[in-house]
Amino acid sequence: FYLTPPQVNSILKANEYSFKVPEFDGKNVSSVLGFDSNQLPANAPIEDRRSAATCLQTRGMLLGVFDGHAGCACAQAVSERLFYYIAVSLLPHETLLEIENAVESGRALLPILQWHKHPNDYFSKEASKLYFNSLRTYWQELIDLNSGETTDVREALINAFKRLDNDISLEAQVGDPNSFLNYLVLRVAFSGATACVAHVDGVDLHIANTGDSRAMLGVQEEDGSWSAVNLSYDHNAQNEHEVERVKMEHPKSEEKSLVKQDRLLGLLMPFRAFGDVKFKWSIELQKRVVESGPDQLNDNEYTKFIPPNYHTPPYLTAEPEVIHHRLRPQDKFLVLATDGLWETMHRQDVARIVGEYLTGVHHQEPIAVGGYKVTLGQMHGLLTERRARISSVFEDQNAATHLIRHAVGNNEFGTVDHERLSKMLSLPEELARMYRDDITIIVVQFNSHVIGAY
Amino acid sequence: AAGMFLRLLSDIQWRAAYPKWRRMTSSQRSTSTAAEPHPVSLPAQAQVVICGGGIMGTSVAYHLSKMGWKDIVLLEQGRLAAGTTRFCAGIVSTARPVSIELKMAHYSNKLYQQLEQETGVQTGYTKTGSISLAQTQDRLISLKRIASSLNVMGIPCEIISPKKVVQLHPLINIHDLVGAMYVPEDALVSSANVSLALATAASRNGVQIHERTSVSHVTVQKGRVTGVETDRGRIQCEYFVNCAGQWAYELGHSGEEPVHIPLHACEHFYLLTHPLEKPLSSSLPTVVDPDGRIYIRNWQGGILSGGFEKNPKPLFTEGRNQLEIQNLQEDWDHFGPLLSALLRRMPGLETLQIMQLVNCPESFTPDMRCIMGESPTAQGYFVLAGMNSAGISYGGGAGKYLAEWMVNGYPSENVWPLDLKRFGTLQSSRTFLRHRVMEVMPLMCDLKVPRWDFQTGRQLRTSPLYDRLDAQGARWMEKHGFERVKYFVPPGKDLLDLDHSKTFYKPDWFDIVGSEVKCCKEAVCVIDMSSFTKFEISSTGDQALESLQYLFSNDLDVPVGHVVHTGMLNEKGGYENDCSIARLSKRSFFMISPTDQQVHCWAWLKKRLPDDSNLIMEDVTWKYTALNLIGPRAVDVLSELSYAPMTAEHFPSLFCKEMSVGYANGIRVMSITHTGEPGFVLYIPIEYALHVYNEVMNMGQKYGIRNAGYYALRSLRIEKFFAFWGQDLDAFTTPMECGREFQVKLEKGMQFLGQEALLEQKQNGVYKRFTMFILEDHDTDMDLWPWWGEPIFRNGRYVGKTTSSAYSYTLERHVCLGFVHHFDEKTGEELVVTTDFINQGEYEIDIAGQRFQAKAKLYPFSSLFTQRRRKDEVELSGYQRE
Repeated sequence: FYLTPPQVNSILKANEYSFKVPEFDGKNVSSVLGFDSNQLPANAPIEDRRSAATCLQTRGMLLGVFDGHAGCACAQAVSERLFYYIAVSLLPHETLLEIENAVESGRALLPILQWHKHPNDYFSKEASKLYFNSLRTYWQELIDLNSGETTDVREALINAFKRLDNDISLEAQVGDPNSFLNYLVLRVAFSGATACVAHVDGVDLHIANTGDSRAMLGVQEEDGSWSAVNLSYDHNAQNEHEVERVKMEHPKSEEKSLVKQDRLLGLLMPFRAFGDVKFKWSIELQKRVVESGPDQLNDNEYTKFIPPNYHTPPYLTAEPEVIHHRLRPQDKFLVLATDGLWETMHRQDVARIVGEYLTGVHHQEPIAVGGYKVTLGQMHGLLTERRARISSVFEDQNAATHLIRHAVGNNEFGTVDHERLSKMLSLPEELARMYRDDITIIVVQFNSHVIGAY
Repeated sequence: AAGMFLRLLSDIQWRAAYPKWRRMTSSQRSTSTAAEPHPVSLPAQAQVVICGGGIMGTSVAYHLSKMGWKDIVLLEQGRLAAGTTRFCAGIVSTARPVSIELKMAHYSNKLYQQLEQETGVQTGYTKTGSISLAQTQDRLISLKRIASSLNVMGIPCEIISPKKVVQLHPLINIHDLVGAMYVPEDALVSSANVSLALATAASRNGVQIHERTSVSHVTVQKGRVTGVETDRGRIQCEYFVNCAGQWAYELGHSGEEPVHIPLHACEHFYLLTHPLEKPLSSSLPTVVDPDGRIYIRNWQGGILSGGFEKNPKPLFTEGRNQLEIQNLQEDWDHFGPLLSALLRRMPGLETLQIMQLVNCPESFTPDMRCIMGESPTAQGYFVLAGMNSAGISYGGGAGKYLAEWMVNGYPSENVWPLDLKRFGTLQSSRTFLRHRVMEVMPLMCDLKVPRWDFQTGRQLRTSPLYDRLDAQGARWMEKHGFERVKYFVPPGKDLLDLDHSKTFYKPDWFDIVGSEVKCCKEAVCVIDMSSFTKFEISSTGDQALESLQYLFSNDLDVPVGHVVHTGMLNEKGGYENDCSIARLSKRSFFMISPTDQQVHCWAWLKKRLPDDSNLIMEDVTWKYTALNLIGPRAVDVLSELSYAPMTAEHFPSLFCKEMSVGYANGIRVMSITHTGEPGFVLYIPIEYALHVYNEVMNMGQKYGIRNAGYYALRSLRIEKFFAFWGQDLDAFTTPMECGREFQVKLEKGMQFLGQEALLEQKQNGVYKRFTMFILEDHDTDMDLWPWWGEPIFRNGRYVGKTTSSAYSYTLERHVCLGFVHHFDEKTGEELVVTTDFINQGEYEIDIAGQRFQAKAKLYPFSSLFTQRRRKDEVELSGYQRE
C-alpha cells in the first residue's frame, strides 16, 4: 500500500487554514500579519482542537491549541468557550454593562469575537444556550465586582481559565433536564484538555498555558539564522517546578504516590488541565454524579474508576501559567502546537524549518567536493535529498502543513522522505496512535515593520 | 578573454611543452625568468589591433596574417587562451542547424586537424566522432534534418539505431532512445592548445602578441577607428577587432561612441572525473544527449560532462565585478539535474570518483547565433564574439570569415545571420540581455521547431494599434524588437498552448491562416506592417537622385508619384537590401526596406552617400504606422473613405499619393501589397493610426473586412514566387539569379553599383537560379512540413537548398522556393544554369531524410490567380523574413 504524492498532499492539507489580517489602505497596521494552522489526526476522531479569533471590543487577537484526552468533549468545549471567557474578562466595565443591558432588553448583542475557523471546526448548537447562560453569569459577577481598575491581561487570562473550568465542573454537578445535554456536560467534565493560548495586542504577547502543549517564538538572528525561544513551560513530570508544586499542595504522606511513572497519580500525563473532574472532585461527589448520571456514564469503566491513592483532592488545576513577552522586530513568528509536534521535533528545528519557509530562503550550505573522495552516485544521492528538502517547501502554501510534513516525514537526515511520509499516513486507525499523536499547529506571523515602529 | 580567476584544470603545461612559441615571446622580453617578465613596449602604431587572446582573437590573427596582413598587434589582458577558451570542453562538432554555422564548424575541424603539423604545437586533436541521441521522435526528426544538411555538404553522417549506439559507446543506456545521429569526423581538441597553435603560427607570420595588456577604450574620429588606449599606452591603428569574449559588450561601451555588442555571460558548469578503473579510450565518441541537456566526452581516462540547464545563472549584468568573479564556484545543487541526466545516460558511472565541477562562464547572444562584422557606426571596428558556448567549433571558420571581411570587404560566404548589424541599440539594454540569455541558454538543448518565437524581451517596439489587435485575438511574433501579428485567433477558438504547438507537422493554426488567406483573395484584409524600415532621402538639388541612381539598380528617375522596386546591390551585384522607393517629389524619396535592415541599410547608405550637408537622410520608421489593405475590395473601402476614385485608371499599381482617409489628411497611399494581390499600403502618421484603422474597419465591414497576420502574407507571397530579402535573397544573390532582370536598368544612362557584375552575368549566364517547387506527393496532414534549408535533388543529384516554404491554400500544395545550382557530375565544378537545365529535371525535396517529388517552375502560376488588375505591371517584391 503506497500513497502517491498527491494523495499525501490531500491528507496533509485537509485541515489547513490560513488567515491574513486585512489591510487598510494597502497597509497592515496590526502587529500580526496572519496565521496558518493545521491538524493531523492520529486518534479517530481527533482529540485536538484549535481556535483563533479577533477581539472586537478590545484590541488583540486570541489563538489557542487544545489537546484533549479521554475523549474530545472537553477540548471541544474549551475551544468554543475559553475565548469568550477571556474576552469578557478583558472588557471594561461600561462595555459589560452595555452587553448586559442589550441581553436584558432583547436587543442585538455587540459582537465580542470574530472567529477564524476552518469549516471542520464546529460549535455545538445544542449547548450554546447553556454555555451562554454560564458566561452571562460570569459577566454579571464581573459587573457586580466592578473594581474600577483597568484590566490586566495576565489576570484576565488566569481568571478566565479558572472560571471556565469551574463552570464545566458546576454544569456537570447540576446536570441538565435535557438528557442529551446532561450527558454532554458530564462527558465534558470527565474528559480533559490542556490549553495553550496566545493573546497578541501590539507588541504585548501573553501566553497562558495549562498542560503540555507549547508556545515557541521564532527569532531571526542578525546573521539570518533562526533560533527558538520557549514562551511556555510544560506542565508535566519533566518540569521540576511543577512536580514541586504538586507536592507542596499535598501532605508529605502522599509524596511517593503523587507522581508515578511520570504521571500524576500514575495516570495523567499533564499536571494541569481543564475538566478531568476525576482528579478534582471528592470521591463522594464523583460517585454521586456517576450514579445519578445516565446509563452510558455508568457503563463506562473509566468514569467509575477512582484513581489510586486519592486522598486530598483536588490534584489537578486549570490555572494557567502566564508569560508576557514584549515583541521585538527580530521575533518573526510564534508556533503554538500540541505535544504531538514537540514529541517528534526539536524546537530548534521547528524554528529553522518555519523560518526558512516563511522567508523563502533555504539556507543550505553549498557542497564543495574539495579533497574528499566522492563518487558520482554519492553526490547524486546527496543532491536528490537536498532537492527534496527544498521541493517540500514549495509544495506547501501553509507553514503549519509544512511543519507537519516534516514532523511526520523526516528521516534521520532531517529531510522529508516521501516513502516514510506515505507509510505514516497510510497506517490503519488502530495503529496510527501508536506511531504518532494528534498534531495541531498554529503558526502566527508577526509584522516586523509595525513592531519596529512601537 | 575571461580573467585569470578560475582555478586551473590539471594544467596542460603549454608554457613548457611548446618551446617554439615560448622562444618567440621570451626573446622579445628582456628577462626569461619565471618571475613577472619585463614586458616589451607596445608599438606606437599598427594596421590592426586585436583585443583578446582567446580562440577568436588568435584565429583572426592567424587568418589575417595568412592573407598577407602583417602589421598586426594582439593584446591579451591576462595570458593567452586563459579565459573561456582554456576552460571550454574542446568539442568540435559540426552538427549545427544553421547552415553558415555548420560551414564554420566544418572548416574549423579541417583547420585544427592539420594545425599540429603546421605549427608543431600539440593540439590534442583526436577524431572521435560524436553521437547525438534522440529520446523522442521529434528529436529524431530534428537530427535527421541536420543529417540531410551534413550529407549534402559531404560530411559523413548517419542516422543510427539504439543498438548501433551501444556498439559505438558501451556505457550508454539506450532503453529510452529512439535513435541517434553519428558524425564520425567530429573531433576533440585541447582548446587552449589550439589557440596557442594559432598564436604561434600568427606570430611566425609577424603578428606581435602582448599579454597582460588591457584595452581601456578605442578612439574613433569622424566615424573611423583611429587608435586603442591600453594600460600600457596608446596604439594608433586603422582596424580594431573586439574579440574580448564575455567582456566584448563592456569594451564596446567603453569608448565615446558606443559599439553595441549584444551578448551576456551565463555560468556554465561541467564535471571532470578521475579515470575509470579501466580508463576510457581517448577515441571514444562524444555523446550529446539534448533531451537530457548534457554532453559527455572522454577526458584523460575519465569523463567530462556538462550541459545547458533550464535555469541558467546569468552574471556580470552590471559589468565586470570582482565579487561575482570570486563567487564563481562549484554549485552542485545547480548541477544536480544534469548529474541525474548523466547517471541516467550512463548508469555505470555511479562509482566514478569526482575530480572537479568547473564553473566556466560562456557568453550568449539574443538569437543564439554568434556576432561578427563591422560596427555600423565606427568604420574599422570589427567584432567577433558571443559564441553561445560553441567557440571551439566556430573558432577557425569564424576567424577566417572575419579576416576575409577585413581584407576583401566581404567574407566568402553569406554571413548575414551572424552580422553584428542585424542588431541595433535596441538589443543592447542590460535588462533585455539578461532576460533573453536566460531563455537562450536552455534553448541550446531545446527542440528547434519551425516558427519559434522568443518569449523574453518582448513588447519593446509596438504599433499604436497593438492593444486593439491584441484584443481581437492577435498572436504575436517579434522581428528586430517589433511585435508583429502572426494570425488572429477567432473568438471562442482555443489553440494549443505554447509547448504543445511545437511541431514539425501541420500546425494548429492551419485553418485560421487559411481563412485569412481566403479573405485576402475574395474580400479585403488588413495587416499591420508598421515594422518596416522607412527612410526619407532628400536634397536641395539633384544630389538625392544622383546618389540613389548610383546605389540602386533600378531607374529611380521616374515621374513623381511612382514607386520603384529595386535592389541595393554590392559590387558583385548581390542584394545588400531589397526595397521599394517612392518618389515623393523631384528631390525627395521615401524608401521602404525589411524590418531588420534598419541598422545595416543605414550604415551602408551612410558610408556611400556623399558627405554633403544638402543631402539629408532620415530614419522615419517610427513616424508612420503602415496598414496593408489586401484584396479585391480594398479599392472599394479606400474610395469610400477618401471620396476619391481608386480604380486602376486613376490609381495604377506601383503608385504613391498623399491623400485623406476619413478625417485624417496626409496619408501616404501606395498601390503595393508585397503579396501580388491587389490592394494598398497606407503610411499613416502615427497619431492618425487608430482613427484610420477604425475607419477602415468600420467601412470595410460591408465588404467583409477582417484582420490578418504575417503567416497569411507569407503564404500569399510564396505561392506568387516573391523572394524576400534575408530569407531568399542575400548579398550573394543577384537580380539575374532570381528572375528580376526587369528591376535592373543596365541602360539607365549612368553607372550604378554592381552594374559590371550584372553585365557579365547577363553575357555569361548565372550559376544558380531561384526556382519554385510544388510538392507533388506530399500529404499536408500526415507528412513532415518543409521549412527552409531542405536539400533539393535534381535527377537524384544534390543541386541546392530551399530558402523558404509555405502551404499554398490556392494550389492546395506546399510550395518551396530555393536555388538550383549545376554541379559538374565529374568535377563538381559549378556550371551555368540555363532555363532548359531547370525545366528538364526531375526534382525531389528532402525533408528530414524523406524525399518528396516536386515540380520546378521559374514563373508563378498566373492562370490560377484571377483579379490581376493590369497585365503589364507585375509587382514583384517583398521583404520580411519569417
